[in-house]
This record gives sequence, structure tokens and C-alpha cells, in this order.
Amino acid sequence: MNAHELALTANSIRQDVIKALVEAKSGHSAGPLGLADVVTALYFEIADIDPKYPWKETRDRIVLSCGHYCPVLYSALAHRGYFPVSELLTLRKLNSRLQGHPHLRCVPGVENTGGPLGQGVSLALGMALALKLKGNPAYVFCLSSDGEQQEGEVWEAYNMAAKYKVDNLTYIVDYNHIQIDGPIEEVMPLEPLVDKYRAFNLNVMETDGNNMAEVVKTLRKAKEHKGTPTMIVAHTTPGKGVSFMEKDYRWHGKPPNVEEAARALQELEAAREKI
Amino acid sequence: MYHLHPQLFLKPEMKPTRDGFGKGLLDLGSTNKDVVVLTADVSDSVRVAEFGKQFPDRYFQCGVSEQNMMAAACGFAQEGKIPFLSSYATFSPGRSWDQLRVSGCYSNVPVKVAGAHAGISVGPDGATHQALEDIASIRVLPNITVVVPCDVEETRKATVAIAALPGPVYMRFAREKTPIITIAKTPFKIGRAEVVQSGRNVTIVACGSLLYEALVAARALARRHISAEGINCHTIKPLDAVTLLKSFKKTRAVVTVEEHQITGGLGGAISELAGQKFPVPIERVGMRDMFGESGEADELLIKYRMKAPDVVRAAQNVLKRKK
Repeated sequence: MNAHELALTANSIRQDVIKALVEAKSGHSAGPLGLADVVTALYFEIADIDPKYPWKETRDRIVLSCGHYCPVLYSALAHRGYFPVSELLTLRKLNSRLQGHPHLRCVPGVENTGGPLGQGVSLALGMALALKLKGNPAYVFCLSSDGEQQEGEVWEAYNMAAKYKVDNLTYIVDYNHIQIDGPIEEVMPLEPLVDKYRAFNLNVMETDGNNMAEVVKTLRKAKEHKGTPTMIVAHTTPGKGVSFMEKDYRWHGKPPNVEEAARALQELEAAREKI
Repeated sequence: MYHLHPQLFLKPEMKPTRDGFGKGLLDLGSTNKDVVVLTADVSDSVRVAEFGKQFPDRYFQCGVSEQNMMAAACGFAQEGKIPFLSSYATFSPGRSWDQLRVSGCYSNVPVKVAGAHAGISVGPDGATHQALEDIASIRVLPNITVVVPCDVEETRKATVAIAALPGPVYMRFAREKTPIITIAKTPFKIGRAEVVQSGRNVTIVACGSLLYEALVAARALARRHISAEGINCHTIKPLDAVTLLKSFKKTRAVVTVEEHQITGGLGGAISELAGQKFPVPIERVGMRDMFGESGEADELLIKYRMKAPDVVRAAQNVLKRKK
């Protein structure tokens, strides 16, 4: 897909994030909307995956360590053809496959159980090491949130990823500057974040996470990099595409109500015309 | 027929259970190429260093990072490998319980957690390093198997056996030399409690190296004309309810013996089983809701009342309560 088609797809994915959240009546809005462009680029352009063979041994693995972002994961998987888009409306409901935080293989394409922060960062490392051991050419992408970087475990993982020169692994951190209790800078500042990653001997790149062409270019470059694990710091706008959610930490962990969802969908539809 | 080591009640041969883990891993290393080993800076004392020398490609030194080690091991397991991860039980699974719960048990992947230096017999390192709560905190997790082998030989067998199980496993073993109770042809099957010696008046159920104290106690009781049935309950989860209840129905009095808090571990599991299926009086030998301290292994086992005479006393007490 070209950047234009990808941006249109990201818009559709965002709309279905809103539809799933309003139906669920709980869940996280801002992060999933902000990261939708990166997720779209991965699932529709960069990762070597095939929904017809979801568990093919040589598929690229996409690990969602920040499990609370799952509305955007489910929406992307559904749009990519892993399961019906209509099933998104079962998010967080009894007997649904779409749990409030993802469960390994709950639907085709879900590569990890995620929720308690930090775990996916280590898990992706173990997967990447195992793939190398098997001589499997598959690549591992791990999506992680900025608040998650406050967990000690992620730094343990970066240490080890660098030690073993795990170059079939790219971490993408969604730097949207909000967490549940407020702005990152107030709750627990991360700066100088990029310098910290460099100090951990990672191949560090930065990207505007809401600029599709730039996201694709950065991810492609990351996948080609050899010798060290890659860390992409994706600068994103939380709540991207919905004006009243953008950059407001209060939208970290709540869904829109019916009126807010209608406004959000209206805005996203209007934005679609301009893509 | 339950084969006991011929020297057991004369002058028992002594070896640490952790040696059996190391030996089992070496056996697995050459027979199963999917077995990988992760450790967190304690490779020699948990007996995985030799695996690292013989199979360097399948050996991952994680440094002091138990949480990362656990979740990374689960990543290996998701990819079809059989990861054994090892540290002191106080650290892993002590510090990595959440990773084991979510990425191991909820995902239901074949991650094999080896908790070394468990029990009060770790000794001089003191309470910080004496895992006395690990069985309790792990056995509540769905999908996991919990194994506490009694000696070096059984630890070797258990190590090989758990590699073949499809799900997560926690196996615990100890630091100090303890009596070798079993031999190569002694039966061992995950999930099956073994009646080591048959008796009529009281059942003594033990796990880990304190099985020896339980068996010595049974002999002492025999001299007092009390017939004790000794059971090696090496698998705490799933508990072998059939074997245990059969014994409880026969003797109608139970003593549990373990190097663990008396709440939540073997004693807890047995109490739950008996309480629901066949209520009988139970006395629990183990740590009584307190922390340990520094000292030599045997000094501590004596002070905290986990030796054969304590098992004898517990049996006498439970017999008084027997209806």
C-alpha cells in the first residue's frame, strides 16, 4: 500500500476503535488512536504476515506489550482479514474472544498475552532469540507505551537485547506524553529518553508517529538494520483525529459515550475526505 | 514395589537435590535440542553452568534480572522451545510471579521454572534467602504443575519428566546435601503420590528432602507399635487425590511434612483435599507462620521443629484426635 492508502486504512481502523469502545462502555481511547498509524503501517505494509496462514512459522511477529492498546490491535487485525470486523463490537463482553486485554492466540494474529506492563518487552526478546536459534528469518516488532518505560523490567530486557545483539527485533515506544494519572512529565518524567536508549546500546531512531510516509520509512529502515536491536521512539498525539481527545490525559483510560462517539466519528469522517 | 536406597537407614549417602537438576539438564541437553536454559547470575549454585559449557548456543545468561528472565523464557516457550529458568526460589519465582502468572500460566506455555535454594535449610544466608512461601504462591496459579522432588535422583528424574509436559511447571529443590532416598528404578511419575511404606494407624505425607525425616519418624513410631504409612507426595499440583484419600480412609489420621510454611503448601493442599472429600484430623509439620534466621541447616530444622522427633510428636498428637 502507498502512504495515501495506508492513511485511509488508519482512518477506518480509528473509526472502528471508537465504535468498539462506545459499545464496550469501558477501555482506553487516547493511546490506540494515537498509535493507529504505526499499527496500520506494520500490519498493512511492513510486517511479512498473511491472514490466510496466521500462524505460519516464518511470519513476522508483532507483540503488543502495552495490552491496554488492544482496541487498535483488534481493529487492525479485523481490517486485515484475521476475523470479521463485526466482531469488534464484542470487545470486553462476556464470552467474547476480544478480552479487555489480549490473550495469546485469542483470535488469529494475537501473538501475546499483554496487560501487566513490561512483560511483552521481555517476551519479544525471548521470541527473537528463539527465532534466531531456530534459524527462522522472521522478524519481531514490539509495541510499547511511554508509561511502560517506568517499569524496571523493560530496562532489564534492553540490557539483554543489546548483549545478545538481537537484530531481528525492533521496539517501538509510543511517546505520547500521557498516562492514567496525568502528563508523563508530572507523574514520572522519562527524559532524556532517547539518550537513555542510546546509552543502552540500542539502534535508536525517532519518527513522527502520525506521519504515515515517515513511519513507513523508519520501520523499513529498522527492519534492514543489522548488528543491534532497534528502538524507534514514535512521537504521537494521543487521541489523534478526535479534537476533544487529543493531548488530554483524561482520555487515557476511558471510552467515549454515545454523543462523544458520534462527534468523534463525524470528525474522523471529515478528516478522511482530506486524506 | 517402592525401591529405597539400600544405605538409607544405615548411613545415608548424601547429595544435594540441585545436583540432580544439573544432571537432568545435561541428559536433556543431549537428547532434546529444544531445551534451552536461562539463568540469572547464579549459574554455578543452581547447577546450570555445565549445561552452558556443553551447549553454549542454548544457554542464556540474563544477569540479575529475574522478571526479564521469566518473560523472556515465556517468549522462548511460545516459539516451541522448552526453557528452563533457574535462580534462587526467593528471587524466581519470588520476584517474577506476575510474569509467570500472565505470560506463563495464562498463556499456558511450557516454561519450566526451577526454584533453587528453597526451604530453611539454605541456612546461614538467613531469612531473606529461605523460600518458605513459594509452593503456596505458585500452586494457586491455574494451568501450572508444582513438583518438589525428595532427593538428587528424583530431582534428576523430575527434570527430565517436566520437559515433556505441555504446560508451565514449577520445580523446587534445595542447597544442602540431603539423604539419597530413591534409586534409578524407584517409580516416579508426575502427578502420582507414592506409598513408600504401608501402614494402618496414621498417614505421614511429605515432600522434598524432609521425606527422609518422615520415614525415620515412621520407623520410630513402629517401635512404639504405631503403624505409619509414609507417602512421597512430590507433586503438589495436581494432587494425587486417589492415592491420598485411599490412605486417609484407611488410617483416618494425617501428618504433613514440608520445608515450607504450614499454610498454603503441602499441608494446605492436603487440608483442602481432606476437608472437602474425607475430613480427618491433620497435624502439619513445617514453618509456623514465621520467618527463619541464619544458622546451619540442621540447627534450623531442629529449632523450627521439622526433624523426625517432631514428626513423631505430630503423629502422636494427631492420634489423640483420631475418632
